[in-house]
Amino acid sequence: MHKIVKEHVSQFLSKGLREDGRALDQYRKPITIEYGISPKSADGSARVKIGGTEVVAGVKLEVDTPYPDTEDQGNLIISCELLPLSSPEFESGPPSIDSIELSRVVDRAVRESHAVDLQKLCITKGEKVWVLFVDVYPINDEGNLFDAAHLAAIAALQDARFPGYDAKTGKVLYDEKTSKKLPLTGLPLSVTVHKIGDHLLVDPVSAEEQSMDARLTVASLDDGTICALQKGGAAPFKREEIEKAVELAITKAKELRKHLGGSK
Amino acid sequence: MVLKKKTGQAPSKGAKRADGRTADELRPFEAKVGVINRADGSAMFKSGKTIALAAVYGPRELHPKFLQNPEKAVLRCNYNMMTFSGSGERVKPGPSRRSREISMIIEKALTPVLNLELYPNAVIDVYVELLQTDAGTRCAGVTAAAMALADAGIPMKDLVSSVSVGLVNGQIVADLTKEEEDMEGTVDVPTAVLPRTGEFTLLQLDGHMTPEQLQEALELSTKVSQHIYAAQKKALKERYHHA
Repeated sequence: MHKIVKEHVSQFLSKGLREDGRALDQYRKPITIEYGISPKSADGSARVKIGGTEVVAGVKLEVDTPYPDTEDQGNLIISCELLPLSSPEFESGPPSIDSIELSRVVDRAVRESHAVDLQKLCITKGEKVWVLFVDVYPINDEGNLFDAAHLAAIAALQDARFPGYDAKTGKVLYDEKTSKKLPLTGLPLSVTVHKIGDHLLVDPVSAEEQSMDARLTVASLDDGTICALQKGGAAPFKREEIEKAVELAITKAKELRKHLGGSK
Repeated sequence: MVLKKKTGQAPSKGAKRADGRTADELRPFEAKVGVINRADGSAMFKSGKTIALAAVYGPRELHPKFLQNPEKAVLRCNYNMMTFSGSGERVKPGPSRRSREISMIIEKALTPVLNLELYPNAVIDVYVELLQTDAGTRCAGVTAAAMALADAGIPMKDLVSSVSVGLVNGQIVADLTKEEEDMEGTVDVPTAVLPRTGEFTLLQLDGHMTPEQLQEALELSTKVSQHIYAAQKKALKERYHHA
């Protein structure tokens, strides 16, 4: 089954084509971002669709004590759970390695880009800080969860507003939402470049994902700097291929960023 | 833990509720079938601010093998609240005592309409995910799951239409909100009804009420579940209208 899929995909690629008629550097259409999909419950939320792939993300803020080595900073925790609701390939139970990798890659990109100013999440140094949870869930997996998950996490962060906080009791007042947004300094986005044979392509559908020899996720910021990389797959990348992939990813991230209009 | 709010005196029968609804009025609801392309069947049911998604996979082979039943298929339901879908702090990911009980309750609510003996050794997986919650989540889950099973093409004897009824402010009402559930003296009675026979496949209660009040509550459930049934049928027809 797997071999047949790969032969099929490769046949198309050898003619410079893809099954759905796209160019190798083209994302599926439409790409849509909907803000505030869980406004009553979540402090921020968003739904992202890239073609048939659908992902949701939600933010919850809690108040806790800071880590001893970062006493003046809040905490950021991004998780992605591959729900068995979204694909026949995913199973219930403890997180699979795919789900752990996805969580860590998105988490790292947002964390290391300093897109959230964690010092501004400090309430009292050494005592109380905001903890920012971002949870990402695929609803329908038709390929490229990496880029969709990252886009959804950023959109949910854009949508988030602080809940009320009672400094006397130290309690978060979830029913009293404020209009205060999160301290976002940039919008890092991932583009995952897939290598199949000698071809490099973006935004794979499931059949292309199954056929990939290697992939490189490149997270970049608005100014074209790189903030995270993750190579996956068994095959190696040539240096020229890495250069080409990075250039492609930065260009594509700029296009994706245009969809992030921000929430009202 | 939410503290129960004190309420004023009990209003007379027929009084409007906190959100302006009459006693037998459901919240605005929406049903949609075929919302997850990769699933064998799927549906969404929104009741007020509660949003439930359901996906069905199967009948498919059950692993590990020792769980297989050579006489019939296993119906396996999984109810889960997304971590951001609760009203207070983040919900801890993974199964809890509550979510496991509700998963089991949903299985029992759906089993009577299926012919599981048609698929020996197989499993039918039903996944219910909550995106946002404002009470009535297990009922929204059952209503969505019943549509998803039909969408998956699994033969069914009937649909299952689920709604919570209960006692709020001394009045028997339908489709409680979280605000109503948290009031002092509220009794919540989640139910699921087989719309063609009127039989109940889900029934729980917490609080105090008289047998007469329960009678009234079940009567109300029988009546208002028909509105949900109509919406389920309409959503299923819409899904296959163009086919």
